[in-house]
Amino acid sequence: MFTFALRRFLIAIPTLLIISLVIFLLLEAAPGDPLGEVPLTVPPEVKEKMRAALGLDSAWFVRYFLWLKQFFWVEPLNLVDYLFNTQYAEGMQRVISFQSRQPVMQIIAQRVPQTLTVVGLSYLIGVSIALPIGIYSAYRQYSWFDQLGTFISMVGFSVPTFFTGVVLIIIFGVKLQWFPSIYDTMHRVTDWQSFLVQVRQMAMPVMVLSLYNAAQISRFMRSSMLDNLNQDYVRTARAKGLTEKVVVLVHVLRNSLIPVVTVIALGVPTIFGGAIITEQVFKVNGLGQQLITSIHSNDMPMVMTLTFIFAILIVTFNLIADLLYGILDPRIRYD
Amino acid sequence: MPDGAQTVLHVEGLKTVFKVRGGEVHAVNSVSFDIKPGELLGVVGESGSGKSVTMMSLLGLLPSPPAEVREGRVMFEGRDLLKCTPSELRKVRGLGVGFIFQDPMTSLNPVFTVGFQIMEPLRRHLGMNKEAARKRAQELLELVNIPDAAQRLGDYPHQFSGGMRQRVMIAIALACDPKVLIADEPTTALDVTIQAQILELVRELRHKLGMAIVWITHDLGVIAGIADRVIVMYGGQIVEQAPVKELFAHPRHPYTRALLKTVPSVRGARAAKLNVIEGQPPMLTAVPTSCPFRPRCANAIERCAAENPLRRKVGPGHDVACFRDFDEKGALA
Repeated sequence: MFTFALRRFLIAIPTLLIISLVIFLLLEAAPGDPLGEVPLTVPPEVKEKMRAALGLDSAWFVRYFLWLKQFFWVEPLNLVDYLFNTQYAEGMQRVISFQSRQPVMQIIAQRVPQTLTVVGLSYLIGVSIALPIGIYSAYRQYSWFDQLGTFISMVGFSVPTFFTGVVLIIIFGVKLQWFPSIYDTMHRVTDWQSFLVQVRQMAMPVMVLSLYNAAQISRFMRSSMLDNLNQDYVRTARAKGLTEKVVVLVHVLRNSLIPVVTVIALGVPTIFGGAIITEQVFKVNGLGQQLITSIHSNDMPMVMTLTFIFAILIVTFNLIADLLYGILDPRIRYD
Repeated sequence: MPDGAQTVLHVEGLKTVFKVRGGEVHAVNSVSFDIKPGELLGVVGESGSGKSVTMMSLLGLLPSPPAEVREGRVMFEGRDLLKCTPSELRKVRGLGVGFIFQDPMTSLNPVFTVGFQIMEPLRRHLGMNKEAARKRAQELLELVNIPDAAQRLGDYPHQFSGGMRQRVMIAIALACDPKVLIADEPTTALDVTIQAQILELVRELRHKLGMAIVWITHDLGVIAGIADRVIVMYGGQIVEQAPVKELFAHPRHPYTRALLKTVPSVRGARAAKLNVIEGQPPMLTAVPTSCPFRPRCANAIERCAAENPLRRKVGPGHDVACFRDFDEKGALA
């Protein structure tokens, strides 16, 4: 297991390097100019200077390697400086956003909490309602509960979040006026009252995203349970005189969880990626929303860094999913 | 047939129906039999004759729906298992009646250790704590001749071979010292040498533990070697019942005789072609009103189409469900 993990980890390094190059080249090839928003009255030679100031006058591979150095060396050093009050990164050039002229990592650090609370919470809620629903739907296949659950998850899965989001805003924000339709990032939770305000402003985006996540995962759980419920070992478990609770929640569930846990683990990076559209609908200024605005304004360092962080998360959670698989299924041994 | 207090399991008029789209399949039709303590009852019949369904019906192991046990009595330890609540029935499963299934490859849960799976019934039915159950599980593995028992408790099913897994299944079934052991084609999925080992093991355990065994198979050779008494099933009914020697020496039902003829002989000239019973077993979509074997029977008469023959006594412990009389050699008397 350890050698497998180590090998996979080592393979991940070239994988990520190639991914970073591909992202960089794609951004390079994409149309658009970071200075596109600069008024036309600015003379071309000034524009050239601005371009040079952003480092855009050097060749692409120079910029690529500079970015690599900044991302893998300067930014970690800055983190160390921040954590331990040291001065290792003094005077080194960080990854700077074209748009705000602020270090990219600072912006990301500001945005992560919103994304994690809203999107992370909705993932947690989605998973924790999806598993019981999936288990019970499979156990009572074709019952009214199963039919209803299947219908709702079909709706949740097939209706896009920008639609459910807007529908919820119309119902709860406009008609009933229960929840605010815009998320206030500046809101600080200090007491019970402000906590309730926070809960109310999170309610709608969390609902939208939980529905979507739960729809997907409950389908997985259901079909995985159905695969296992008819297995011979279930009959053996019943023939041993075990209660239905033990048969279903120990014998069947343990087997059914193997593929589902993988799906859940692979879904975690999407939390960090933020629900780009949902954040946009509810004006939650999380990472997803940041990515969209940066793409609009051709803020290449920002887009590059964010996308690459998502790539790291995806590769990491793939590895974690593989390792979980080995832990959950004794038939799989990575040796 | 039933001779009172002597029997450990008494089944009477059992009827099981499967509800399928567009109708019903009558898989078990008025099956009655009983088994005495320490006896090994062989149940033979081709696929789909209702052998397994009968035994599964006894303990409510069939998925319901579609299965429904419609009529009958199953007397075990003074009560009717068909009238028991699900929780009473669960106390009988594993504790009073042990089950061994056909395919040891899929009958064990792949993600739990063998030790855990043997200990489960011990802890549930006998209320053992972890240590006691572990000790007993080790004894059980030793009982079924698995070497290195203490070590192997921590192994997973995939680390065992087919024959070893079937031994584990037997250990699980025997865990709580059941009065009756129901073995549903336990050797069908195994190769012949392993099969011989398992048969030897069962024979040995039977003498050691003295429980009654119901052995379902379609292998007549196995039956001849191991059973005391044999039930032949066809179309969800028992068509003949006899002590094993009597059955092989004087089969009375045309189906039994046909079945015995299909066994190739290892002595004498080699037959050019294997004997088969022409036709297909019936799919009973209603309660049979005629003899189910009639379409494939060479000796059918008009009466066979008009009514379903009941079992009648033809010798000591020997009864047959056929209108016609056959003599010792099987010719019409």
